[in-house]
Amino acid sequence: MALVKNGELATSSFVDASGAESIPPTGPVIVSLDQWKAHRDELVKRGTPLGIRMHSDQPPELIAADLPHFAVVALEFPKFRDGRAYSYARLLRERYGFKGELRAVGEVLLEQLFFMLRTGFDAFDIQSADPLKDYRTALADFSVWYQPTADGRPTAMQLRRKH
Amino acid sequence: MPQMIIANRLRDGAIVFLAPNDGWEPAIAAGTLIETEADAARLMAVAKQHEGQCQVIDPQLIDVELKDGKPRPTAIREAIRAFGPTVRTDLTEV
Amino acid sequence: MYRYDEFDARFVNERVAQFRRQVNRRLAGELTEDQFRPLRLMNGLYLQLHAYMLRINVPYGTLASKQMRKFAYLARNYDKNFGHFTTRQNLQFNWIKLEQVPDILQHLADVEVTGIQSSGNCVRNITADQYAGRAKDELADPRVYCELLRQYSFLHPEFSYLPRKFKIAVTGSPNDRAAVAVHDIGLRMHKNEQGEIGFEVLVGGGLGRTPYIAHAIRKWLAPEDLLAYVESILRVYNMQGRRDNIHKARIKIIVNQMGIDKYRELVDKDFEFTKNGALKVPDDEVERINAYFAPPQYEKLEDQTQALAKIRSGDRAFDRWMRGNVIEHKVPGYAIVNLSLKAPGKTPGDITADKMDAVADLADRYSFGEIRVTHRQNLVLVDVKQSELYELWHKLVELGLATPNLGLLTDIICCPGLDFCALANARSIPIAQDISRAFTDLDELQKIGQFTINISGCMNACGHHHVGHIGILGVDKRGEEFFQLTLGGSSDQHASLGDRLGPGLPQAEVPAAIRKIVDTYLVVRQQQERFLDTYRRVGIEPFKAAVYGEESQAA
Repeated sequence: MALVKNGELATSSFVDASGAESIPPTGPVIVSLDQWKAHRDELVKRGTPLGIRMHSDQPPELIAADLPHFAVVALEFPKFRDGRAYSYARLLRERYGFKGELRAVGEVLLEQLFFMLRTGFDAFDIQSADPLKDYRTALADFSVWYQPTADGRPTAMQLRRKH
Repeated sequence: MPQMIIANRLRDGAIVFLAPNDGWEPAIAAGTLIETEADAARLMAVAKQHEGQCQVIDPQLIDVELKDGKPRPTAIREAIRAFGPTVRTDLTEV
Repeated sequence: MYRYDEFDARFVNERVAQFRRQVNRRLAGELTEDQFRPLRLMNGLYLQLHAYMLRINVPYGTLASKQMRKFAYLARNYDKNFGHFTTRQNLQFNWIKLEQVPDILQHLADVEVTGIQSSGNCVRNITADQYAGRAKDELADPRVYCELLRQYSFLHPEFSYLPRKFKIAVTGSPNDRAAVAVHDIGLRMHKNEQGEIGFEVLVGGGLGRTPYIAHAIRKWLAPEDLLAYVESILRVYNMQGRRDNIHKARIKIIVNQMGIDKYRELVDKDFEFTKNGALKVPDDEVERINAYFAPPQYEKLEDQTQALAKIRSGDRAFDRWMRGNVIEHKVPGYAIVNLSLKAPGKTPGDITADKMDAVADLADRYSFGEIRVTHRQNLVLVDVKQSELYELWHKLVELGLATPNLGLLTDIICCPGLDFCALANARSIPIAQDISRAFTDLDELQKIGQFTINISGCMNACGHHHVGHIGILGVDKRGEEFFQLTLGGSSDQHASLGDRLGPGLPQAEVPAAIRKIVDTYLVVRQQQERFLDTYRRVGIEPFKAAVYGEESQAA
């Protein structure tokens, strides 16, 4: 899968088996919550990097205790207007301290990338002919942000107080 | 009952009617009168194509009646779209 | 009023540039209408019956004269010479061209005005008491908190794709002129037992298909916790609000489904984390913003009530206008003046470009250049010297802005309805016009007393019909327009939803029905009680009988 990760085009080494009948026996793999619950022990014993892909009706508290096992958490945007994953992303970063790759999958488009960036996603499976261009465009849209998130961007309020 | 195809033009939102030569005209009198189901299906396909080409939004088949030879939508909503708000007839361009 | 600093200015300009790109992508076919729709809505652009409609925010109902002049400019150059003020203190233009919108938004940005999030599934314009900062009955000026919420909500990355729209209203007065009880979040400023000013937080109010009065989620919230607590409310809603059915997606649905206690529990759990973080509102930021809302340079004046009484006794028309449209100011020698956009036969809330300019001039001349917009679709000049009232009144009469009907029967709230709106089932404006033309006797209007008629052209209730003393709802019955009446609604601190009177009436019968209701009230009322109080005392039956006749009691 071609991703934009850390501002560059990257290929993911992970196989996304979350929608598949069976999980490949070796190699880094992304599984669904159901697969994780059904095959937890084997997956942990496997010793390869693991990822989990969550549907938009699966909040992160369902995997909060298991986060240390995951190098990748992929959150779905089944439709671009389903905005639940923005909250999930923030909770994963800010509440549960997830430091691995937080990947946006599904209907991931230029015009919503900016919000994904700010809520904590750092990898994007962008539905576009030129994903890197779209990523750079979104990144450059705004230089003023009003709300504090974990992305480290100083808010207008914080900058005002410095003056 | 005869029909016509109405839509909003994408770039300015204006009400337009599918017209002969597959163009779109703001005046309902210039719109193509559709009499058969076959024509309705064929012309809606054309309209949908135009929607895909970013000319219009949401083309719809609407019923019209002829009054003194002039077409008029039978539904009040479509009549308002065709002729403008009833409370501002000073703004109506027919 | 609030002035943009370098950050605010840069932000709105970047937003205009972003939308320009989005429009270009749409016109080039790079965005489908489905992908573009939320983007244009979040800039205030609807596709309506005749054309695009642009909704422009008037933040918490406060407008500078130069902004009103810009509205006039836009009305003349990009629309058809008029605009419409709405029940959320916003302005709407009805014949906007998509390809011109980026330029229009740039014009607005130049005077610190936006259409940002005036629509869309996000936090909408923060509305407030139109007399904020000026009313005698006010406990505290809510506008600093409105401004904090406005900035907080603009392009909030977590809450730009909520299940549905989200409306917040704030009042600093115990007399609620902002209808907070029928908002998704309502905020009432009040004192706790220690005498500290804070917010009662209400949640889950709303009108529309399933109306609800809001529940109190928190009795008293410290102002410094406002943003954190709102964030927690929004977060629970974003995660748990229904997304399967557009008609069941508002916060009022889940609050009432799970119960306020459960909702509170979820919010409080999240608030444990948000409350001591970066959202805590620092005192210096409150002070910085509050400085913008500092009162103007009032002169030290004597109260002029006696002098005015003399003029009033000699000028009946002026007296009437004073009685209804002029409100007591907290500063002696000053007055709050309501400009009625409800002249008989006119469209409620509409104003021509010329009148916009005239109002801007009057604001400069008489009221420190500031104008307020009310959710009842009128305008206000909040700092007029009492000594200048008579002179101002003459000018307002000439302009047709002096109809002395504030708060009376013909001070009607009316949505645009089927004449303009793609969602409507029926035309609402002709009903308002018919009623206003049927009740032109000003003495009669004053005799009838306090009365709100709210008209909506469809169940979306933009005309707030549920909370009108009389509510009128347009419905489509087999292709014909019918109107259902409700009685007994109220949007103030004793909020109530109206009761259905009976089957829908055809358009022609509505004014007569209003007349029958009024006549019944005048017979039954005790002392000078308002219609609403009479209704609450005697119930619906007398009115039902009056409108539908004795035989149809069973209907």
